[in-house]
Amino acid sequence: MLGYALRRIAGIFPVLLILLTVSFFVIRLAPGGPFAAARALSGRTRAQLRQRYGLDRPLAVQYAAYLRALAHGDLGRSYSLRDEPVAGLIGAGLPVSAELGAAALALGALGGIALGMAAVLRRGGVIDRALSPLAAVTLALPSFVTGPLLALIVGVWLRWLPVAGWQPDTPRDLVLPAITLALPLIASIARLTRASLLEVLNASYIRTARARGLGRARVLWRHALRPALVPVVSYLGPAATYLVTGSLVVESVFELPGTGRYLVMGAIDRDYTLVMGMVLVYGTLTLLANLGADLLHAWLDPRVRHESP
Amino acid sequence: MSSIPTSAEPMRAQEEAPALLALHSLSVCFAGVPVVDAVSLTVRAGECLGVVGESGAGKSLTFLAALGLAPSAAAVSGRARFGATELIGCSERALDALRGRHIGVVFQDPMGALTPHLRIGAQLTEPILRHTGCSRRAARTRALELLEQVRLAAPARCLQQYPHELSGGMRQRVLLALALSCDPQLLILDEPTTALDVTIQAQILALLAHIKRERRLGLVLVTHDFAALAGLADRVAVMRAGRVIETGSAGQVFHTPREPYTVELLQAAREPAGPGGAPGARGAGAPVLAVEDLTVRYRQRGARLRRGEIVALQAVTVAIAPGESLAVVGESGCGKSTLTRAALRLTGAAHGRIAWLGREVGSWPERRLRALRRNLQLIFQDPLSSLDPRLSVERLVAEPLEVHHGELDAQARAARVAAMLERVGLDPALAARRPHELSGGQCQRVGIARAMILAPRLLVCDEPLSALDVRAQRQIGALLDALRREQGMSVLLVSHDLGAVRRGCERVLVLYQGAMAELAPSEALFARPLHPYTRALLAAVPVADPDVQPGRLAQVRLTDSEPAPAGGCAFRTRCPQATARCTEQRPPWVEAGAGRWVACHHFERGADGML
Repeated sequence: MLGYALRRIAGIFPVLLILLTVSFFVIRLAPGGPFAAARALSGRTRAQLRQRYGLDRPLAVQYAAYLRALAHGDLGRSYSLRDEPVAGLIGAGLPVSAELGAAALALGALGGIALGMAAVLRRGGVIDRALSPLAAVTLALPSFVTGPLLALIVGVWLRWLPVAGWQPDTPRDLVLPAITLALPLIASIARLTRASLLEVLNASYIRTARARGLGRARVLWRHALRPALVPVVSYLGPAATYLVTGSLVVESVFELPGTGRYLVMGAIDRDYTLVMGMVLVYGTLTLLANLGADLLHAWLDPRVRHESP
Repeated sequence: MSSIPTSAEPMRAQEEAPALLALHSLSVCFAGVPVVDAVSLTVRAGECLGVVGESGAGKSLTFLAALGLAPSAAAVSGRARFGATELIGCSERALDALRGRHIGVVFQDPMGALTPHLRIGAQLTEPILRHTGCSRRAARTRALELLEQVRLAAPARCLQQYPHELSGGMRQRVLLALALSCDPQLLILDEPTTALDVTIQAQILALLAHIKRERRLGLVLVTHDFAALAGLADRVAVMRAGRVIETGSAGQVFHTPREPYTVELLQAAREPAGPGGAPGARGAGAPVLAVEDLTVRYRQRGARLRRGEIVALQAVTVAIAPGESLAVVGESGCGKSTLTRAALRLTGAAHGRIAWLGREVGSWPERRLRALRRNLQLIFQDPLSSLDPRLSVERLVAEPLEVHHGELDAQARAARVAAMLERVGLDPALAARRPHELSGGQCQRVGIARAMILAPRLLVCDEPLSALDVRAQRQIGALLDALRREQGMSVLLVSHDLGAVRRGCERVLVLYQGAMAELAPSEALFARPLHPYTRALLAAVPVADPDVQPGRLAQVRLTDSEPAPAGGCAFRTRCPQATARCTEQRPPWVEAGAGRWVACHHFERGADGML
């Protein structure tokens, strides 16, 4: 198991390098460039700026310089945000985003699995019948609708939680954003869990377990749940991707000082260094989430462990 | 080797034993349709009740329903008494106190019946801990004991393993140990040997006979195969379409059956169906299919350190003459399917010479092979999954014509398809149906029509009957037989059951672990098998006669054997005649009489050492 994990972790680095390389060139292929949007700049100033940031050099040289700096942990300086070091921007914003993402993931997984199981335990009960239509509605509503709606109900009418904004060390501020971000996850995971658990409960080994008189609870928790979670775990990879893109919207709806806005800003301003920094962060997170999903899968199913990756 | 005395004690003493399980008018309905219809049966302590019938007869469901394990959509009525307890309408909690404790169950499908993520040890101790309340340590000791009792080769290691690391036979032993874990009074076995190789089936049946005698428990053996019952059952109940149509002592039912349906099932068990029949007109000319030194190696998938090669097929040389029928026989994993796949160039990993219709095709690119392929057609074991579910029967049968006979116009094609459907006995009304709307037998007929429409020179049949019911088996066997004689084609039949090819084929090739063990004309092979493995296969074939079969089972060794380490004869760990020479030297492939070949150092000794 450890060898498998180490091999998989080592496999992350080449993928990350490919991702950074492709992003590096693709963003430079996009029309326009840094400072193109700034009207007031004269041609000379612009040329000076380009020279200062090394943008006048050949692409290959820029790429080599970027990699060299990256190897020393230098992510460069933002072109658009007053020369702030990109690493500093990420350092300030990432804790907020990571907290939000982790909370949403935990909420989505636990809430979804619990709901799915509840639906299966009481077939035809309220939860079972409401699950599918509710999930469809939740998945159809974009978070810029559910977010303000939640803020209106919980924040404005009930006054239980702040409507928006963020202060350091106040977890209350993250509750509504995390719920907003988690809702589609809860819906997907609940449906996955329900379908998968129903299938597993029909498996031959469940019948064998029941024939041994192990009792309903033990059959469910010890024999059925782990195999039933395999599809849920496979979904965690795509879920991580969703969290990254979803957080952009949720952070802006609730005015959270996370990193999501930098990705949008960087892309619009052609702030190459900022974009590359964000690609590095989100790429790493996504790959780690997929790796985590695969490791969990191997834990759930011994057959995976015994195969080579 | 352990052998058991033949049991032929009179059963009269047991007639008076109290009923362990008594079913009275038990019915199971799905959506108002009865699937089990007023079944009344009794099992006594120390007695084995055999319940026999085709799939869909409701025999498994009867006992599942009695144990409260029927699907939730089933409506169960009637009575089922276990000792003093009424099981129907009993609470789940009360049933759980009986299931696993006093009633043990072994289901068909050993591959799926164990929880995949739990080690054998954990699964085996679970019911012991729950029902007897002993310590973990004691449960573990008991688990080890149980695995020894079911004669697993390496019980201690097995406790640490996951189900997927065990073979089918080992899993069935584990399931048996599970069912026996709390010393039940009643053991219900639902098709316990159906998914297993003949040799493993014989071992499990012998083990059951042994356990029955040792423990004096009540046994219910549910099966579609009369032969599997013959060594064990004291009484037999025949079920058809949800009803018990005949019951009686094993002697009565086997020797003087009343119902014509029983007669039919018995007949099917006594002379297994198979394609072939009378030898076809042997044509002259080059062999339709010949392989020489055919070897197939696979890279082992696994962690980098223990990467190695698996030799799936080792230096096989055989040829099929025009009009000849050849059977390839062996246990699962012996390489018989690999041989057909490699010979038909359906796998890339093959080395050696392959000739089709006298032409050396081993190095031909696929494009060039295609024109010849229509002469070599295949039918498969699982008829349903080998047909494209989206195509209608008509399209399925027409497809080979579209590929190989582009010159035919739509009308000519339709005419040929219609004629072929009629020939294989498919109602023209079925032409528009899709595979899932057909029965297993009908699907196999579609498969045959698809192969035969190209009028091939060779038909390769990979276990064509094993997924079918006994009656469908006979019909399909007869059809293949007739087609072969009409067309004068050659047949290559792949089967795990030596008994099933007895009638059919002119020559038999026996494979063991990828290598040739014996090749001989069918008559000679059955009259005087030379290789001890061939003898083991023959001895394992159950005989549908309660006077003979117990004695045969008593000869079977109960213990699971471990695969032989590389070098020497691969069969030596299972061979009663093995000597030091068998460990040191790989036996050569030698000619042993007219058309007979064998790979055994001691083949001249014949069958003196019984298995």
